[in-house]
Amino acid sequence: MNCIIIDDDATARLIISQLCNNSKQISVLEEFSSAIEAIKYLNSTDVDAIFLDIHMPSFSGFDFIKTLKSPPKIVLTTSDKNFALEAFEYDCVVDYLVKPITKERFEKSILKLTNIKDTKIITKVNPSKDESSFIYVSVDRRLVKINIPDIFFVEAKGDYISIKTAQKNYIVHSTLKKIEDKLPSSLFLRIHRSFIINISEIIDIEDNSVLIQKSVIPISRSNKSELMKRLNLL
Amino acid sequence: MENPNLNYIKELSGGDVTFEESILSILKKEFPEELALFKKNYEEKNYDESANNVHKIKHKISILGMRKSLELASEFENELRTGKTTLHKDFLNVLNKIHVYLGC
Repeated sequence: MNCIIIDDDATARLIISQLCNNSKQISVLEEFSSAIEAIKYLNSTDVDAIFLDIHMPSFSGFDFIKTLKSPPKIVLTTSDKNFALEAFEYDCVVDYLVKPITKERFEKSILKLTNIKDTKIITKVNPSKDESSFIYVSVDRRLVKINIPDIFFVEAKGDYISIKTAQKNYIVHSTLKKIEDKLPSSLFLRIHRSFIINISEIIDIEDNSVLIQKSVIPISRSNKSELMKRLNLL
Repeated sequence: MENPNLNYIKELSGGDVTFEESILSILKKEFPEELALFKKNYEEKNYDESANNVHKIKHKISILGMRKSLELASEFENELRTGKTTLHKDFLNVLNKIHVYLGC
Protein backbone atom coordinates (compact mmCIF):
# COMPACT_ATOMS: atom_id res chain seq x y z
CA MET A 1 0.00 0.00 0.00
CA ASN A 2 1.25 3.49 -0.77
CA CYS A 3 0.39 6.91 0.58
CA ILE A 4 1.12 10.61 0.46
CA ILE A 5 1.45 12.95 3.42
CA ILE A 6 -0.05 16.44 3.43
CA ASP A 7 0.92 18.66 6.35
CA ASP A 8 2.22 22.20 6.50
CA ASP A 9 4.42 21.23 9.47
CA ALA A 10 7.75 19.69 8.48
CA THR A 11 8.14 17.87 11.80
CA ALA A 12 4.73 16.25 11.34
CA ARG A 13 5.63 15.08 7.84
CA LEU A 14 8.90 13.63 9.09
CA ILE A 15 7.18 11.82 11.98
CA ILE A 16 4.49 10.26 9.80
CA SER A 17 7.10 9.26 7.27
CA GLN A 18 9.14 7.61 10.05
CA LEU A 19 6.04 5.80 11.32
CA CYS A 20 5.36 4.52 7.80
CA ASN A 21 8.95 3.32 7.47
CA ASN A 22 8.66 1.52 10.81
CA SER A 23 5.40 -0.17 9.86
CA LYS A 24 6.74 -1.66 6.59
CA GLN A 25 3.16 -2.06 5.36
CA ILE A 26 2.93 1.32 3.74
CA SER A 27 5.34 3.31 1.61
CA VAL A 28 5.39 7.07 1.24
CA LEU A 29 5.23 8.23 -2.38
CA GLU A 30 5.39 11.96 -1.73
CA GLU A 31 5.09 14.62 0.98
CA PHE A 32 3.38 17.97 0.51
CA SER A 33 3.38 21.09 2.65
CA SER A 34 0.21 22.37 1.00
CA ALA A 35 -3.01 20.79 -0.20
CA ILE A 36 -2.84 22.67 -3.50
CA GLU A 37 0.42 20.95 -4.45
CA ALA A 38 -1.14 17.61 -3.56
CA ILE A 39 -4.18 18.22 -5.79
CA LYS A 40 -1.88 18.71 -8.78
CA TYR A 41 -0.04 15.50 -7.93
CA LEU A 42 -3.27 13.50 -7.53
CA ASN A 43 -4.40 14.60 -10.98
CA SER A 44 -1.71 12.41 -12.47
CA THR A 45 -1.05 9.76 -9.81
CA ASP A 46 -3.22 7.17 -8.07
CA VAL A 47 -2.56 6.70 -4.38
CA ASP A 48 -4.03 4.23 -1.90
CA ALA A 49 -4.12 6.49 1.13
CA ILE A 50 -3.53 10.04 2.31
CA PHE A 51 -2.37 11.23 5.73
CA LEU A 52 -3.96 14.65 5.82
CA ASP A 53 -3.56 17.48 8.31
CA ILE A 54 -6.83 19.30 8.95
CA HIS A 55 -5.48 22.62 10.14
CA MET A 56 -3.50 24.19 7.31
CA PRO A 57 -3.33 27.85 6.33
CA SER A 58 -5.61 29.06 3.51
CA PHE A 59 -6.79 25.56 2.44
CA SER A 60 -7.86 23.18 5.19
CA GLY A 61 -7.88 19.40 5.05
CA PHE A 62 -11.68 19.43 4.77
CA ASP A 63 -11.50 21.90 1.85
CA PHE A 64 -9.06 19.51 0.21
CA ILE A 65 -11.35 16.47 0.61
CA LYS A 66 -14.20 18.38 -1.01
CA THR A 67 -12.14 18.85 -4.17
CA LEU A 68 -11.63 15.10 -4.67
CA LYS A 69 -14.09 13.37 -6.97
CA SER A 70 -12.97 9.87 -6.09
CA PRO A 71 -10.96 10.15 -2.89
CA PRO A 72 -8.64 7.42 -1.68
CA LYS A 73 -8.75 6.37 1.94
CA ILE A 74 -7.87 9.27 4.19
CA VAL A 75 -6.41 9.34 7.68
CA LEU A 76 -6.81 12.76 9.24
CA THR A 77 -4.04 14.04 11.47
CA THR A 78 -4.57 16.94 13.81
CA SER A 79 -3.60 18.51 17.12
CA ASP A 80 -7.30 19.01 17.92
CA LYS A 81 -9.80 16.47 19.13
CA ASN A 82 -12.65 18.81 18.26
CA PHE A 83 -12.93 17.89 14.58
CA ALA A 84 -13.62 14.19 15.08
CA LEU A 85 -17.37 14.43 14.51
CA GLU A 86 -17.01 16.45 11.32
CA ALA A 87 -14.24 14.14 10.12
CA PHE A 88 -16.42 11.06 10.01
CA GLU A 89 -19.05 12.80 7.92
CA TYR A 90 -16.74 12.00 5.03
CA ASP A 91 -16.98 8.39 3.87
CA CYS A 92 -13.38 8.39 2.71
CA VAL A 93 -12.08 9.17 6.20
CA VAL A 94 -11.07 5.90 7.83
CA ASP A 95 -9.26 7.23 10.89
CA TYR A 96 -8.49 10.30 12.94
CA LEU A 97 -5.08 10.61 14.57
CA VAL A 98 -4.42 13.16 17.28
CA LYS A 99 -0.85 14.45 17.44
CA PRO A 100 1.56 13.48 18.89
CA ILE A 101 0.94 10.18 17.09
CA THR A 102 2.24 7.17 18.98
CA LYS A 103 3.58 4.02 17.32
CA GLU A 104 0.77 1.91 18.77
CA ARG A 105 -1.97 4.24 17.59
CA PHE A 106 -0.39 4.50 14.15
CA GLU A 107 -0.30 0.72 13.80
CA LYS A 108 -4.04 0.60 14.53
CA SER A 109 -4.55 3.10 11.78
CA ILE A 110 -2.56 1.01 9.32
CA LEU A 111 -4.72 -1.97 10.28
CA LYS A 112 -7.84 0.04 9.52
CA LEU A 113 -6.41 1.08 6.18
CA THR A 114 -5.41 -2.42 5.16
CA ASN A 115 -8.60 -4.06 6.41
CA ILE A 116 -10.74 -2.01 4.07
CA LYS A 117 -10.75 -4.11 0.97
CA ASP A 118 -11.39 -1.53 -1.72
CA THR A 119 -8.53 0.62 -2.86
CA LYS A 120 -10.95 3.41 -3.53
CA ILE A 121 -13.91 4.51 -1.49
CA ILE A 122 -16.77 4.32 -3.90
CA THR A 123 -19.03 6.86 -2.28
CA LYS A 124 -18.69 10.30 -3.76
CA VAL A 125 -17.93 13.03 -1.26
CA ASN A 126 -19.82 15.55 -3.30
CA PRO A 127 -22.48 13.50 -4.98
CA SER A 128 -24.41 14.92 -7.84
CA LYS A 129 -27.50 16.80 -6.85
CA ASP A 130 -29.37 14.90 -9.52
CA GLU A 131 -31.99 13.12 -7.45
CA SER A 132 -32.00 10.16 -9.83
CA SER A 133 -28.59 9.06 -8.54
CA PHE A 134 -30.10 8.28 -5.15
CA ILE A 135 -32.87 6.23 -3.70
CA TYR A 136 -34.39 6.64 -0.30
CA VAL A 137 -35.27 3.51 1.63
CA SER A 138 -37.15 3.06 4.87
CA VAL A 139 -34.95 1.55 7.58
CA ASP A 140 -36.10 1.50 11.21
CA ARG A 141 -38.67 4.23 10.54
CA ARG A 142 -36.03 6.46 8.98
CA LEU A 143 -35.65 7.31 5.32
CA VAL A 144 -32.06 6.57 4.44
CA LYS A 145 -30.43 7.93 1.32
CA ILE A 146 -28.43 5.43 -0.75
CA ASN A 147 -26.19 6.47 -3.59
CA ILE A 148 -27.22 4.17 -6.45
CA PRO A 149 -23.74 3.58 -7.95
CA ASP A 150 -22.61 2.42 -4.49
CA ILE A 151 -24.99 -0.55 -4.56
CA PHE A 152 -23.17 -3.81 -5.27
CA PHE A 153 -26.24 -5.98 -5.49
CA VAL A 154 -29.75 -6.47 -4.14
CA GLU A 155 -31.00 -9.78 -2.83
CA ALA A 156 -34.60 -10.85 -2.22
CA LYS A 157 -35.17 -12.24 1.26
CA GLY A 158 -38.80 -13.19 1.72
CA ASP A 159 -40.81 -10.02 2.32
CA TYR A 160 -37.57 -8.03 2.47
CA ILE A 161 -34.70 -7.10 0.24
CA SER A 162 -31.08 -6.78 1.27
CA ILE A 163 -29.24 -3.90 -0.39
CA LYS A 164 -25.51 -4.43 -0.23
CA THR A 165 -23.40 -1.27 -0.55
CA ALA A 166 -19.79 -0.31 0.09
CA GLN A 167 -20.81 1.06 3.47
CA LYS A 168 -23.30 -1.44 4.81
CA ASN A 169 -26.16 -3.85 4.23
CA TYR A 170 -29.63 -2.33 4.30
CA ILE A 171 -32.58 -4.63 5.03
CA VAL A 172 -35.71 -3.05 3.61
CA HIS A 173 -39.33 -4.18 3.53
CA SER A 174 -39.86 -4.21 -0.24
CA THR A 175 -39.68 -6.40 -3.30
CA LEU A 176 -37.03 -6.96 -5.94
CA LYS A 177 -39.48 -5.81 -8.61
CA LYS A 178 -40.02 -2.44 -6.89
CA ILE A 179 -36.34 -1.66 -6.56
CA GLU A 180 -35.62 -2.96 -10.07
CA ASP A 181 -37.94 -0.28 -11.41
CA LYS A 182 -35.98 2.39 -9.52
CA LEU A 183 -32.51 1.32 -10.57
CA PRO A 184 -31.00 2.39 -13.91
CA SER A 185 -31.04 -0.52 -16.34
CA SER A 186 -27.76 0.71 -17.82
CA LEU A 187 -26.00 -0.25 -14.57
CA PHE A 188 -28.15 -2.96 -13.01
CA LEU A 189 -29.36 -6.31 -14.25
CA ARG A 190 -31.49 -9.02 -12.74
CA ILE A 191 -29.48 -12.20 -13.15
CA HIS A 192 -31.54 -14.47 -10.91
CA ARG A 193 -35.03 -14.41 -9.44
CA SER A 194 -33.45 -13.37 -6.13
CA PHE A 195 -30.65 -11.07 -7.32
CA ILE A 196 -30.13 -7.77 -9.09
CA ILE A 197 -26.49 -6.88 -9.56
CA ASN A 198 -24.47 -3.80 -10.39
CA ILE A 199 -22.73 -4.93 -13.59
CA SER A 200 -19.77 -2.59 -13.06
CA GLU A 201 -18.96 -4.39 -9.80
CA ILE A 202 -18.49 -7.86 -11.28
CA ILE A 203 -15.04 -9.20 -10.47
CA ASP A 204 -15.33 -12.43 -12.42
CA ILE A 205 -17.81 -14.87 -13.89
CA GLU A 206 -17.48 -18.59 -13.62
CA ASP A 207 -20.00 -21.02 -15.10
CA ASN A 208 -23.30 -19.97 -13.57
CA SER A 209 -22.17 -17.48 -10.95
CA VAL A 210 -20.64 -14.03 -10.66
CA LEU A 211 -18.30 -12.75 -8.00
CA ILE A 212 -19.02 -9.32 -6.50
CA GLN A 213 -16.98 -8.29 -3.49
CA LYS A 214 -16.77 -11.56 -1.56
CA SER A 215 -20.18 -12.78 -2.64
CA VAL A 216 -20.80 -15.50 -5.19
CA ILE A 217 -24.14 -14.81 -6.86
CA PRO A 218 -25.97 -17.36 -9.00
CA ILE A 219 -26.97 -16.61 -12.59
CA SER A 220 -30.20 -18.11 -13.89
CA ARG A 221 -29.85 -19.93 -17.17
CA SER A 222 -32.49 -17.67 -18.69
CA ASN A 223 -30.63 -14.49 -17.63
CA LYS A 224 -27.13 -15.51 -18.63
CA SER A 225 -27.33 -14.56 -22.30
CA GLU A 226 -28.53 -11.04 -21.41
CA LEU A 227 -25.64 -10.67 -18.95
CA MET A 228 -23.11 -11.80 -21.55
CA LYS A 229 -24.52 -9.29 -24.03
CA ARG A 230 -24.03 -6.49 -21.53
CA LEU A 231 -20.40 -7.28 -20.84
CA ASN A 232 -17.62 -5.60 -22.69
CA LEU A 233 -16.20 -8.88 -23.97
CA LEU A 234 -12.92 -9.04 -25.85
CA MET B 1 6.65 23.32 35.33
CA GLU B 2 7.56 20.24 33.28
CA ASN B 3 10.69 20.21 31.17
CA PRO B 4 11.06 19.42 27.49
CA ASN B 5 12.43 15.95 26.77
CA LEU B 6 13.29 13.65 23.90
CA ASN B 7 11.31 10.61 25.07
CA TYR B 8 8.78 10.74 22.24
CA ILE B 9 11.42 11.31 19.57
CA LYS B 10 13.56 8.46 20.94
CA GLU B 11 10.56 6.14 21.02
CA LEU B 12 9.73 6.86 17.41
CA SER B 13 13.31 6.64 16.22
CA GLY B 14 13.97 3.16 17.58
CA GLY B 15 17.65 4.08 17.49
CA ASP B 16 17.52 5.74 14.08
CA VAL B 17 19.99 8.56 14.75
CA THR B 18 19.40 10.17 11.36
CA PHE B 19 15.73 10.60 12.19
CA GLU B 20 16.55 12.07 15.62
CA GLU B 21 19.02 14.53 14.10
CA SER B 22 16.61 15.50 11.34
CA ILE B 23 13.75 16.26 13.66
CA LEU B 24 15.92 18.23 16.07
CA SER B 25 17.35 20.18 13.19
CA ILE B 26 13.83 21.13 12.01
CA LEU B 27 12.80 22.06 15.56
CA LYS B 28 15.85 24.29 15.97
CA LYS B 29 15.22 25.98 12.65
CA GLU B 30 11.44 26.42 12.81
CA PHE B 31 10.82 27.09 16.49
CA PRO B 32 12.54 30.53 16.63
CA GLU B 33 10.74 31.57 13.43
CA GLU B 34 7.35 30.52 14.80
CA LEU B 35 8.07 32.13 18.15
CA ALA B 36 8.98 35.44 16.49
CA LEU B 37 5.85 35.30 14.33
CA PHE B 38 3.67 34.62 17.35
CA LYS B 39 5.20 37.51 19.29
CA LYS B 40 4.75 39.89 16.37
CA ASN B 41 1.10 38.97 15.79
CA TYR B 42 0.37 39.08 19.51
CA GLU B 43 1.93 42.52 19.93
CA GLU B 44 -0.15 43.75 16.99
CA LYS B 45 -3.23 42.31 18.76
CA ASN B 46 -3.85 40.08 15.74
CA TYR B 47 -5.24 37.38 18.01
CA ASP B 48 -6.72 35.19 15.29
CA GLU B 49 -3.40 34.90 13.54
CA SER B 50 -1.55 34.42 16.83
CA ALA B 51 -3.98 31.58 17.63
CA ASN B 52 -2.88 29.97 14.35
CA ASN B 53 0.74 30.43 15.43
CA VAL B 54 -0.02 28.78 18.77
CA HIS B 55 -1.68 25.92 16.93
CA LYS B 56 1.47 25.25 14.94
CA ILE B 57 3.73 25.58 17.99
CA LYS B 58 1.49 23.09 19.84
CA HIS B 59 2.82 20.23 17.76
CA LYS B 60 6.37 21.08 18.74
CA ILE B 61 5.36 21.22 22.41
CA SER B 62 3.84 17.76 22.06
CA ILE B 63 6.91 16.35 20.29
CA LEU B 64 8.99 17.53 23.24
CA GLY B 65 6.83 15.51 25.61
CA MET B 66 5.25 18.46 27.48
CA ARG B 67 1.73 17.17 28.05
CA LYS B 68 0.53 19.77 30.54
CA SER B 69 2.01 22.56 28.48
CA LEU B 70 0.20 21.16 25.46
CA GLU B 71 -3.10 21.44 27.31
CA LEU B 72 -2.24 24.98 28.33
CA ALA B 73 -1.39 25.85 24.72
CA SER B 74 -4.72 24.42 23.54
CA GLU B 75 -6.58 26.51 26.10
CA PHE B 76 -4.61 29.58 25.12
CA GLU B 77 -5.33 28.98 21.42
CA ASN B 78 -9.07 28.78 22.15
CA GLU B 79 -8.85 31.82 24.40
CA LEU B 80 -7.12 33.87 21.70
CA ARG B 81 -9.84 33.01 19.21
CA THR B 82 -12.31 34.74 21.54
CA GLY B 83 -9.99 37.73 22.03
CA LYS B 84 -8.91 36.81 25.57
CA THR B 85 -5.28 36.71 26.69
CA THR B 86 -5.22 35.58 30.34
CA LEU B 87 -2.86 32.63 29.64
CA HIS B 88 -0.32 34.65 27.67
CA LYS B 89 2.30 34.80 30.44
CA ASP B 90 2.06 31.06 31.18
CA PHE B 91 2.38 30.28 27.49
CA LEU B 92 5.45 32.50 27.18
CA ASN B 93 7.05 30.55 30.04
CA VAL B 94 6.54 27.33 28.09
CA LEU B 95 8.07 28.89 24.98
CA ASN B 96 11.06 30.13 26.97
CA LYS B 97 11.69 26.66 28.36
CA ILE B 98 11.71 25.19 24.86
CA HIS B 99 13.88 28.01 23.57
CA VAL B 100 16.50 27.34 26.22
CA TYR B 101 16.27 23.55 25.78
CA LEU B 102 16.79 23.68 22.03
CA GLY B 103 19.55 26.27 22.45
CA CYS B 104 18.34 28.18 19.44
